Amino acid sequence: MSQQPLLEIAGLKVTFGRGAASADAVAGVDLTVAPGEVLGIVGESGSGKSVTMLAAMGLTPKSARIGGSVRFRGQELVGMPQKGLRAIRGARMAMIFQDPLTSLNPVLTIGAQVAEALRLHNPGLSRKAAMARAVELLALVSIPEPERRVRQYPHEFSGGMRQRAMIAMAVANSPDLLIADEPTTALDVTVQAQIMEVLKELRERLGIGLVLITHDLGVVAGAADRIAVMYGGRVVEQGKVDDVFYRSRHPYTRGLLASIPKLDVRQERLQPIEGAPPSLTSRPSGCPFHPRCPLAEARCSSEEPLLRQVGAVETRCHFAERLDDPEGGIVVPFDKAPARKAVGP
Amino acid sequence: MQQYILRRLLMMPLLLLGVVTVAFFLSHVTKGDPLSSVVSERQMNNKVVVEAARKRWGLDRSLPDQYRIYLGNLVTGDLGTSFRTKRGVGEDIADRLPATLELVVAAMIVGTGCGIGLGVLAAHKRNEAADHGARFFALIGSSIPVFWSGLILLYLFSVQLGWLPGAGRLDARTAAPPFVTGMFTVDALIAGDLQTFLQALGHLILPAFVLGWAVMGIISRLVRASMLDVLNQDYVLTARAKGAAELRVLLHHALRNALIPTLTIIGYSFAYLITGAVLTEAIFSWPGIGSYAVESARALDYPAIVGVTIIGALAFLLANLVTDVAYALANPKIKLG
Ligand SMILES: Nc1ncnc2c1ncn2[C@@H]1O[C@H](COP(=O)(O)OP(=O)(O)O)[C@@H](O)[C@H]1O
Ligand SMILES: [Mg+2]
Repeated sequence: MSQQPLLEIAGLKVTFGRGAASADAVAGVDLTVAPGEVLGIVGESGSGKSVTMLAAMGLTPKSARIGGSVRFRGQELVGMPQKGLRAIRGARMAMIFQDPLTSLNPVLTIGAQVAEALRLHNPGLSRKAAMARAVELLALVSIPEPERRVRQYPHEFSGGMRQRAMIAMAVANSPDLLIADEPTTALDVTVQAQIMEVLKELRERLGIGLVLITHDLGVVAGAADRIAVMYGGRVVEQGKVDDVFYRSRHPYTRGLLASIPKLDVRQERLQPIEGAPPSLTSRPSGCPFHPRCPLAEARCSSEEPLLRQVGAVETRCHFAERLDDPEGGIVVPFDKAPARKAVGP
Repeated sequence: MQQYILRRLLMMPLLLLGVVTVAFFLSHVTKGDPLSSVVSERQMNNKVVVEAARKRWGLDRSLPDQYRIYLGNLVTGDLGTSFRTKRGVGEDIADRLPATLELVVAAMIVGTGCGIGLGVLAAHKRNEAADHGARFFALIGSSIPVFWSGLILLYLFSVQLGWLPGAGRLDARTAAPPFVTGMFTVDALIAGDLQTFLQALGHLILPAFVLGWAVMGIISRLVRASMLDVLNQDYVLTARAKGAAELRVLLHHALRNALIPTLTIIGYSFAYLITGAVLTEAIFSWPGIGSYAVESARALDYPAIVGVTIIGALAFLLANLVTDVAYALANPKIKLG
């Protein structure tokens, strides 16, 4: 990991709205992804995971203002003209989304959509050659009968097959980085495990760096090298996957860990911690987590903690040292395989 | 698909029968004596002449009898004889149809082409000056009556500025190109006569624009709304994430989807064009079905009126069929059958 990082996000800020109504959906995020590494970004809905990575791709809506820096293979992307970004997007850096049904164009065949990804970045490639390559790509993500499937429309595909097609499209140009935004959230439990398998396999085969966004720690447990936990538009803790699972120093992470479903308990939606995450327009002062935090003291509402190394992890809590005993008081269930996988059909 | 089209085509005679019936009886409940167009004014007091004419044109029969005879002739393709021109209504219409077809097709191209273009532009530049401009322009077209915009534009571009020729299909001294389709622009091209083509095109521009402008408003408004909806869809984000350029995202990914709900309206706007053509032709002295309809109505020429109605209804039914088929073709989720 001594080489140059693949993706280096520093002080990233994404602001929606103007003047008094403006709010930072992303309020100073630092993240790095090394080549071939899998970074899991975890956090409750609304914590800014998607907006962070959309900003990295230059895909935030016109209404968003971006601050800070995003470097991809050393190249600064913030402020880069669209033309330059387009050459990177889909070629060196690809993204797939949560709902594969709405993410595929309903009036174009799967083959046409995969072939388009190829032809956009290889102008010399003929239509026929692109289609032939699309068939290979569908086979690569284990879609059966790819020759027949390329001619079908998204509505003729099942949810899992659609997400496979999305992945095939995203890796069409062998990118260096694939961003998967909740790739399994909209799918059935059994299909979730299959999609994770496809991603893991591709990553081993193609050496792609992967950013895996999820609100479910169970999903990243068996897949990620490192984990960043986001809350209120910030990274509140990050470290190697084992360190975050075993040696977390942040009460929010511990709350998330405690809420991973046990092997024998079926839980549909995770309700990690009492209370709801702050809305974009009413972020609390100081530490954004303090209203829900069991450890909170007066200092937490006035002074925002900095991200600092405590033990094995980087964490953003004034009282991180009090959490030195991982098992102390908080149950940390741990099973390296995604816990949900056990909840079979 | 073929089966569906066939079924729809087989339904058409039935629908047309309904149209014929309504048109036939409606045209006969109007006051006024159609004989006034058959018999000269001087002879109207001559009982013998009037009676002979009445008999000659079948007006001495009861209305149901007339209806039965008319339908019988219609089945053989005979639309009857015009009181006014004393020619077969079918012939009259065949003579006039190409002019109207040329006008309506040109108006359709102007209306849908500009309507879609303005709608896409407005959605892309949402709430910016271009959006307001496009919407204002389209709104004017759909709110000003055709005869009003027609007169103003004719006065401005033809009389005042002299940029475009005035009424009619060609300049007075130009001969029509050799007949192939009856549409002068097309025939001139077939004959390789560029000068006549340009002249015919020049004459076509204003009426086609006036008529097209009227439907542009509806179409652009729908395309804009539909585009705004589509541009928020995830697959548009996917297209951008692939590295597609903005124009490709707009036209290849978004517009294809946005047009599906709009297609139906484009079909209906065709009906609007048919009625709008009547007024436009009157203003621009365009010798088509529309002006024929106006002349026939003035003369209480029943056979001609009913004949024109049938042709209009037929055009409308065909346009709807084409719309439905296009809708199915554009939407892979729909299988007609
Ligand atoms: N286009 C937008 N306009 C305004 N606010 C937005 C927009 N997109 C996202 N947000 C806000 O930014 C915050 C972070 O959203 P997001 O990154 O999607 O969260 P998540 O962690 O669930 O992916 C949320 O509060 C959301 O409401
Ligand atoms: Mg999200």
